[in-house]
Amino acid sequence: MSAIAGAIALLFHILLMLATAPLLVGLARLAKARLVARQGPPLLQPWRDIARLLRKQPVVADSTSWLFRTAPTICLAATIAAAALVPSCALGMVGGAEADLIVLAGLLGISRAVLALAGMDSGTSFGGIGASREMTFAVFAEPALVLVIFTLALLTGSTNLDAISGITISGALGLRISMAMALVAACLVAIAECGRIPVDNPATHLELTMVHEAMVLEYSGRHLAMIELAGALRLLVWFSLIVAIFVPFGMSPRPADTGALLLGFWLLGLIAWTLKMSILSLALAAFETSRAKLRVFRVPELLGMALLLGLLAAILLFVSQGFA
Amino acid sequence: MSDLVLSAALPGLTCVMAMLTAAVPVTFAIGARLTFASSFVLCAAGAVIDLTALIGGAFPASITLPLGLAGQSTVLSLDGVSAVFLLLVLLSGAAASLAARDDHGHPMATAAALPGFIAAMMLTLLAADAFALVAGFEAMSLASFILVVTNHRDDSVQAAGRLYIGMAAWSGLCLIAAVALLAPHGAGFAAMRAAPPEIWRASVILALALLGPGSKAGLVPLHIWLPAAHASAPAPVSALMSGAMTKVALYVLIRLVFDLAGPAQPSWWGVPFIMLGAMSAVLGALRANMETDIKTILACSTIENVGLITVGLGIALAARGADVPPLAGLAMGAALLHVLAHGGFKTLMFLAAGAVQYGAGSRALQRLGGLIHRMPITAGVMLLAAASLAGLPPSAGFASEWMLFQSVLGAVRLGGLAFQVMACVLAALMALATALAAAAAVRLIGVVLLGRPRSPGAAEAHEAGPPLRWAMLLGGLGVVLVGLFPGIVLSLTRAATSTLVHTTMSDRAGLFGITTASEAPGYAPLFILALLVGAALLIGTIMRARAVQGHRAAPLWGCGFDASPEWQPHGDPLAQYGGSSFAQPLRRVLGHSLLAARESVDMPSPGETRAAQLSISLQDPTQTFLFSPVGTVREFLSGLTDRLHFLPVRQVLTLMAAVLIGLLLYIAVVEQL
Repeated sequence: MSAIAGAIALLFHILLMLATAPLLVGLARLAKARLVARQGPPLLQPWRDIARLLRKQPVVADSTSWLFRTAPTICLAATIAAAALVPSCALGMVGGAEADLIVLAGLLGISRAVLALAGMDSGTSFGGIGASREMTFAVFAEPALVLVIFTLALLTGSTNLDAISGITISGALGLRISMAMALVAACLVAIAECGRIPVDNPATHLELTMVHEAMVLEYSGRHLAMIELAGALRLLVWFSLIVAIFVPFGMSPRPADTGALLLGFWLLGLIAWTLKMSILSLALAAFETSRAKLRVFRVPELLGMALLLGLLAAILLFVSQGFA
Repeated sequence: MSDLVLSAALPGLTCVMAMLTAAVPVTFAIGARLTFASSFVLCAAGAVIDLTALIGGAFPASITLPLGLAGQSTVLSLDGVSAVFLLLVLLSGAAASLAARDDHGHPMATAAALPGFIAAMMLTLLAADAFALVAGFEAMSLASFILVVTNHRDDSVQAAGRLYIGMAAWSGLCLIAAVALLAPHGAGFAAMRAAPPEIWRASVILALALLGPGSKAGLVPLHIWLPAAHASAPAPVSALMSGAMTKVALYVLIRLVFDLAGPAQPSWWGVPFIMLGAMSAVLGALRANMETDIKTILACSTIENVGLITVGLGIALAARGADVPPLAGLAMGAALLHVLAHGGFKTLMFLAAGAVQYGAGSRALQRLGGLIHRMPITAGVMLLAAASLAGLPPSAGFASEWMLFQSVLGAVRLGGLAFQVMACVLAALMALATALAAAAAVRLIGVVLLGRPRSPGAAEAHEAGPPLRWAMLLGGLGVVLVGLFPGIVLSLTRAATSTLVHTTMSDRAGLFGITTASEAPGYAPLFILALLVGAALLIGTIMRARAVQGHRAAPLWGCGFDASPEWQPHGDPLAQYGGSSFAQPLRRVLGHSLLAARESVDMPSPGETRAAQLSISLQDPTQTFLFSPVGTVREFLSGLTDRLHFLPVRQVLTLMAAVLIGLLLYIAVVEQL
């Protein structure tokens, strides 16, 4: 019985994430437009775009292979798998025991690698340039991310997201400078991984500045719809990840701790999660409006800063706590 | 009954080894194809015997052969450690023998050396006395040298062969010195274990082991021979060298340091392992992004993976010294799992590279492309192996890397502040190495398999022949199984782990996954696979219900250029990204400082009709800082001796008289004392 309930809850969670992801992008776009005194697109516009793309037949270059046509599915499937592991409004979900941060990084790595391959398969310079830059950014983002994970594992004794959230929520960690540094580093990595300003501009179609958009330039129809959805979902996964690690307050506790699945806790968790996602989305819009995009060869410097912050966070822990 | 089977394991493996050795002279009578076939059968039989022994776990067993130096006999023994490495050597040997049957006119000497090479590796693994160990190691070097110089008419192959035999001699020398230091009371391993060396002798042995067998495994700073040699050999041999021989060298390293040098070492012994391993990992992965020959790329990735394994060994050694058995077990398990996983997927990758070389006629990235259309099976196998290379879940490469990261996280509890900061930097370096490996995998696949063909050979490529295809498919199946059931594979290393670090992973590895501590959450590849497949099914269902079906093919949009002309059916091949352009950002950011990568543009002045040219140069730091200075010193010394050769008669006589008098004086002084 509980296994079936767990599976249903997991499915509900995945559908919730899928449904919310484009809204998050819509909110960020709307807020950005309002900040520069434009009317902006309606909140539902990303969903409308996806629906429009689904009604169009994809056009595929005749020199491409089966990989080009299946890449969007694999990319979206890997992102959904990552979304299934990240807690949204409740702790102790079915995937909780498997929600390892390194596995999560690997799943997001699948979606990145597959899109880069698809970019190479299109056989144009655009696809290649996007793939090359995307993989280069990942080379610098990954060490910073691992150092963040390292710091968290030192503090909580685990790389499991569910366990980390549980410990943060219990208040056992208190306020720590290391956590603040890790938070900044995680945010920088998230910006790079999601292709937002100042690393990449999701709204551009100018050759020299494109990274992610260049990679997927040859896509159309339902393929493009899947990629757009995966991109939005990746942003939501990163937001949920940051929230689950650093500010998990309001999440519904584990069923084992409350004795039963309490709908009230779930509702509260859902409201808290929606609120937190909206705030992060607005903050992203404000940040993006105030920054210009960096030159490609300046991005490693930005990520180097994240790496340094991660390193400092861990070393500060060693010095202050004297692990032995 | 089962006891009988288990006790027959070592004699059976010895028979396999003897028959492989016998195949060397017999080759000239029965021909190459029959030799490869019998080598395949022998390796497969040996693998079955070894697997039975591993599952049954009746270790250790030993036999004494009445062979060897005068008055000596040879002792062979099979314990958990040798059985694990033996499994890899035999499986890799079977795949390589099968692939070699794909006829590409291998000369007779190559055909004869291949079974000899496998037998030499077996002897190294089974040896239980110093003489057999050294004999196996040297025979392995010699056989692989013959195989490396198969195409000796090529100048670059000759250069690679010279470098290889030089480095092989060096590693053999270090091994002999290390073994000699271990064996004051007898050459058998049992005698060595009975009298472990005191600390200064043990430290020298550590240094010799890292410099000798370590260089054979491809560890920095003596890794420089590896990319050249592995690229020069025929593909099945490269597969064996990268997949199996580097691991045999690691086995010798493990045997010397973990086993023969005593049951417990100080914790700091792990530090040189960790440092050299991390440097190898980063340097190898970065070079894999810069090179433009597919086999050189794969060889550089071997350096990276050997580095990762060595990091695992270092943590295991440090944890054993600090008496933290759970961490030692985890790190040792990670290292052994990565030995098997890397041995599998790298063998596969080299076989596929061979198929590409034969099918498309080139190994150069700038002459390949679009092979996925004409070589579907090779492409599928390469994609599978590349997922492991890039360390993506749920592939074989990910499980061991996950364990390795977990053991690095655990390593902070082993030492003081300096050790903790080192562990922290180590985590970042390993993440850098794995991300670089992912970029290299994407570059390799993207340029070789995808896009449009860059040469007529690639456009007319043909799929590999049946033997090679079967070798790749069977190997691929093995790699998938390792990826999905890492817990089962770990249970095969149970005896090895308990021999080396006196603990096991058996309470933390099961059918469904692996964990860092019993009852803790962990990594479950089957669950991840189920999630991925479930998500893909969900997407498929939604797309079938909601989206317009099918797709329309159209010519590639070429920024306003016309459709391709008749004589260039795939458009201008240079109008797509290639290997060098893909690597450009990494070359500028990391390659410039670490590999001394330089770009120079030769731009013709206006009016000239020659083409502009961009050339890229890079040099390994070991070449700059170690090999070139050594070469300079050698030149200087040989100049000095040359002067002696051309001395006038009078001076030669004076010199001889001076030497004579000097010697007499020396004897007189020594006599006085």
